[in-house]
Amino acid sequence: MYLLAEATSIPWILSNVWLIPAIPAISFLIILGFGKKLPYKGAEVGLTSIVLIFGLSLLALFAWIGETESSHSEEAVGVIAEVTASDSQLDSRLSQLSPRLSQVSPRLSQVSPRLSQVSPRHSQVSPRHSQVSPRHSQLDWESRSSIELRMTENELRMTENELRMTENELRMTEERESTLDCRSESAMTCGGESVILTAGEEEVRGAPVIREWEWFSIGGSDHSETVGSQSESEDDSHDAVESPDISIGTWVDGQSVMMLFVVTFISGLVHLYSTEYVKDDRRYTHYFAFLSLFTASMLFMVLSTSTIQLIVGWELVGVCSFALIGHWWEEKPNSDAALKAFLTNRVGDMGLLIGMIVLYFAAGKSFSIQKINSMAVLSGQDGGIEQSVLMVAALCLMAAVMSKSGQFILHTWLPDAMAGPTPVSALIHAATMVVAGVYMIGRLYPVFWEGLSIYGSNINAMAFIGGLTTVGGGLLAFVQRDIKKVLAYSTVSQLGYMVLALGVGAYTAGMFHLFTHAFFKACLFLGAGSLSHACHHSFDMKSDMGGLRKKMPKTFATFVIGSLALAGIPPLAGFWSKDEILTGAGVWPGTGGNGTYYIPFIFGIITAALTAAYMTRVIWLTFFGEYRGHEDPHESGSRITVPLIILATMASLVGFLNMPSGVVKFFGLPESWAHKFETWVEPEGISTFVSKANNNFTHAKPSLTLAIFATSCAVFAALGVWTYYKKLYAKDPKATEYTDGLASRVPLLARGHKILSEKYYLDHLYSGIITNFTKGPLANAANWFNQNVLDRFVDLVGKTSAAVGGFVYHKIDQGVIDKAVDTSGLAMSEGGESLRKLQSGQIRHYASLMFGAAVLIAIVFFIGVGER
Amino acid sequence: MMALFSDHFLVQQSQQLSETGEWIANGFFYIIATVAVLAALKMVTTKNVVHAALYLLVVLGCVAATYIILGAEFAAATQIMVYLGAIMVLLLFGVMLTRAKIGNDTELDYDQRWIGALVSVSMLAVLSYSLFEYFEGATMPKNQKPQRTEEIALEIFSTYIVPFEALSVLLLAALIGAVVVARKD
Amino acid sequence: MFLNQFLFFAAILFSIGVYGVLTRKNGVLVLMSVELILNAVNINLVAFGAYKSDLSGQIFALFTIAVAAAEVGVGLAIVLLIYRNRRSIDISDSNMLKG
Repeated sequence: MYLLAEATSIPWILSNVWLIPAIPAISFLIILGFGKKLPYKGAEVGLTSIVLIFGLSLLALFAWIGETESSHSEEAVGVIAEVTASDSQLDSRLSQLSPRLSQVSPRLSQVSPRLSQVSPRHSQVSPRHSQVSPRHSQLDWESRSSIELRMTENELRMTENELRMTENELRMTEERESTLDCRSESAMTCGGESVILTAGEEEVRGAPVIREWEWFSIGGSDHSETVGSQSESEDDSHDAVESPDISIGTWVDGQSVMMLFVVTFISGLVHLYSTEYVKDDRRYTHYFAFLSLFTASMLFMVLSTSTIQLIVGWELVGVCSFALIGHWWEEKPNSDAALKAFLTNRVGDMGLLIGMIVLYFAAGKSFSIQKINSMAVLSGQDGGIEQSVLMVAALCLMAAVMSKSGQFILHTWLPDAMAGPTPVSALIHAATMVVAGVYMIGRLYPVFWEGLSIYGSNINAMAFIGGLTTVGGGLLAFVQRDIKKVLAYSTVSQLGYMVLALGVGAYTAGMFHLFTHAFFKACLFLGAGSLSHACHHSFDMKSDMGGLRKKMPKTFATFVIGSLALAGIPPLAGFWSKDEILTGAGVWPGTGGNGTYYIPFIFGIITAALTAAYMTRVIWLTFFGEYRGHEDPHESGSRITVPLIILATMASLVGFLNMPSGVVKFFGLPESWAHKFETWVEPEGISTFVSKANNNFTHAKPSLTLAIFATSCAVFAALGVWTYYKKLYAKDPKATEYTDGLASRVPLLARGHKILSEKYYLDHLYSGIITNFTKGPLANAANWFNQNVLDRFVDLVGKTSAAVGGFVYHKIDQGVIDKAVDTSGLAMSEGGESLRKLQSGQIRHYASLMFGAAVLIAIVFFIGVGER
Repeated sequence: MMALFSDHFLVQQSQQLSETGEWIANGFFYIIATVAVLAALKMVTTKNVVHAALYLLVVLGCVAATYIILGAEFAAATQIMVYLGAIMVLLLFGVMLTRAKIGNDTELDYDQRWIGALVSVSMLAVLSYSLFEYFEGATMPKNQKPQRTEEIALEIFSTYIVPFEALSVLLLAALIGAVVVARKD
Repeated sequence: MFLNQFLFFAAILFSIGVYGVLTRKNGVLVLMSVELILNAVNINLVAFGAYKSDLSGQIFALFTIAVAAAEVGVGLAIVLLIYRNRRSIDISDSNMLKG
């Protein structure tokens, strides 16, 4: 084991990624405690911490990429094929080893003393191990492979002892890889075990690095120690069947590393931006403290290994969102908006809690996400969770996603949340917090895959809600005056896209869209902030903006790049991600995804057009035409524009991370450059997301025709709006809309416009109807029930008890018991009174009594007793 | 010495009753008994105090006669001497000294005479039952001789001397007591 | 001669005497009835004495007679005293022992 430790090692950062949430948490505390006294009032602490963790995240990112990349070494693939083809017996021996893995652990403790004795043999044995678990190959083994293979072959044939030792070494190798005591029978989803099997036939990927600590435990059970793991000193998550140990930990795999990168990157840029934007604010320190706390909570949630940790992180980010939206709470609309955000999220959190509880019990009383996933994958077989249970859990969790990630119908808080400072909107409500729901779906994807039966369907709940959201949000973005509200609805719409992607089974597409969206939406939001900074803190496009193209060129350029990325114009980021989503719907001929989702596909296409259209509208209203405001706008400072430029650059380039292989070939690039994102992010063994009984997870094949079709829809829509505004401004440069437009002439369109501007009357429904109903008739009914039924019942009980007590007292105590006592006394006195009359003083009476008694005695003696 | 004396002076020895003698004795007894019972009844019901005393006298006389029928001559003699002679006189003196009404006195009985009747009748019933139960067919001995005074005297002064003396003390006490009680003070 | 007839005769006298004691209000008459009782007892004694040819019967009858005499004497003395105090010998008037 120790020798193998030299050959491979888990990168330090991946084991210690807990630092990444810990540092902003510490900075939060420092800022809260000392912020006001510091020279920059706490901003430097926040910025430093974010920069630090950004560096750590980059480290983690590269470490992870290294992990996943090394599995894709072509030489390894080739030689493995050679080796296994050359020696079938070796191959059979290898495949024999896997079933014995579960028996190995008790023997492990016996092995370690023997290891030092057999060290010479180990150096011969290790190459064979490396070939079996190719991640280990740091060796130059093209040179040694064939010779040493024969040697190791011989050794294998030799003794049972050696076989056992090799088994043990394989076992320990795995542990080194995953640092996890995987005893589940389904070896697939555990770290790295798939490598044992038919090497070379399956793509092998990086295994997640999971570390856990016990947080607290309920009930007095002890955990079983990991046998022989002396290198890492952690408590592992065992099959928590006996005791619900609540553990927290860090789960490093592609998804979480991607999120680490995104969150820290955008948080860093937002910190920098905020130093300029909220300068001289009334609660500057407080703002930075909460930004740090938010970052810490988001990262905490992203790295969660158990559902409890996820819930904690979820709620924490909700709290930070509340605090930051209501940053200027002295104005009532802001505090109202903060409350609305929090309460709407709370409504969805019920679904989260219920869903998590269902999963806890379904997975045999375990909070571990890994266990839940592995059991969900086995749905329909022994040791799996039933599909109906998963469906219930999935639907409950969908409710949580609807509230947190702004899906229809619980999206109403997102536009109102724009009352907070713009950097906050950029960080929280564009890039990071709102994607928490999408992330959760990604994390617990087997639950949703099985629960909503994503494979092979035409429609499912998730895809439908996502589709509705995209179109609904997109339509609403058309009628807004406030630029931030347009962007908010755009966020709603794009979140709908992500959920739609996950709903149709295009897992990687959804994650990729999350990734790219963060960049260009943050860019757009920060650009809007820059605009308002120039237009004296107003976001109203129609009254305060216009013609800012010349005055704010950097903002204009970055904003346009962001909009184009959002609209999905190639070669910017949005095109690649959006296109992959549309491909994943499986409708377009030639794509072949995990199902054929017609309606979501149609929604997606419509939204592509809508997105382009409303962003064009925004650009026209803001940057073209004539300035309608009263200020003197000028370009913002560098601390605002530099983040914008960075983000715009990322927005342009990041799309190339997931290019289809067709494009890669077209440009003559190496094959391995295709679908890089997928390589890095898609979890190991995604084909095991499905029940082994039937399905296989497939990626849809990208189709050029679809790309052209989607892009042309977007372009046409944009052109349509462009023409509209061009004509409008030609008529009147200061106008913002036609006064005699279509809507004013056609009543139906006017009605539609009204519906849109009233946001589908949803707010009216929530606050007017539902709340008023609860406050009024429902509360009155409850009160009536309480007073007349419950209280009356209680009174009745009380009265009955009093009556019973009175009865007992009067009738029984007074009547019976006291009367008995009285009667005995009376009997005595009356008896005495009557006996007194015997003493009459009359001689004849005495004489009569005497003689009568004598007669009686005579009767008794003479007649009664017998003959004398 | 006394025996000699008695043997010399007594003329006839006691001899047992003959058959006819028995019949005559029985007949006389029934007559005497009837008279006594009637007299007793009259005594307890009459309204004249003096008559009651005289009836008692009759009863006592009949009782003495019964003694003679039973052969208890000394008892008969004593009865007559003491009862008829002394006690009756005493009772009559008492009647006189307490100014009993001469003639019929209507307030001699209680109103509730049934108590007395009840008790006496029940007593009679019990007594007669027990008598008839236990002494059925018991007859007086055939060779019954009268019990001579001489024998009684011998008996008293030998066997029963102590009760005799006690009796004399009792009489003395009674005498003194009566005198003391009835003194006019 | 049956024994029973004497005893029965005594029983009748006794009962009559009891009736007299319980019925009569006059003290002297009560004493007379008591005499009747005592005489009945005497007859009983003498009858048994004759039956058994035992002299004790008579002797005890003698004693009874003597005692009766003493008793009558004292009794009359008391009656006289009562008469002297109350001017009446209605014994139902002397009920001071009444409880």
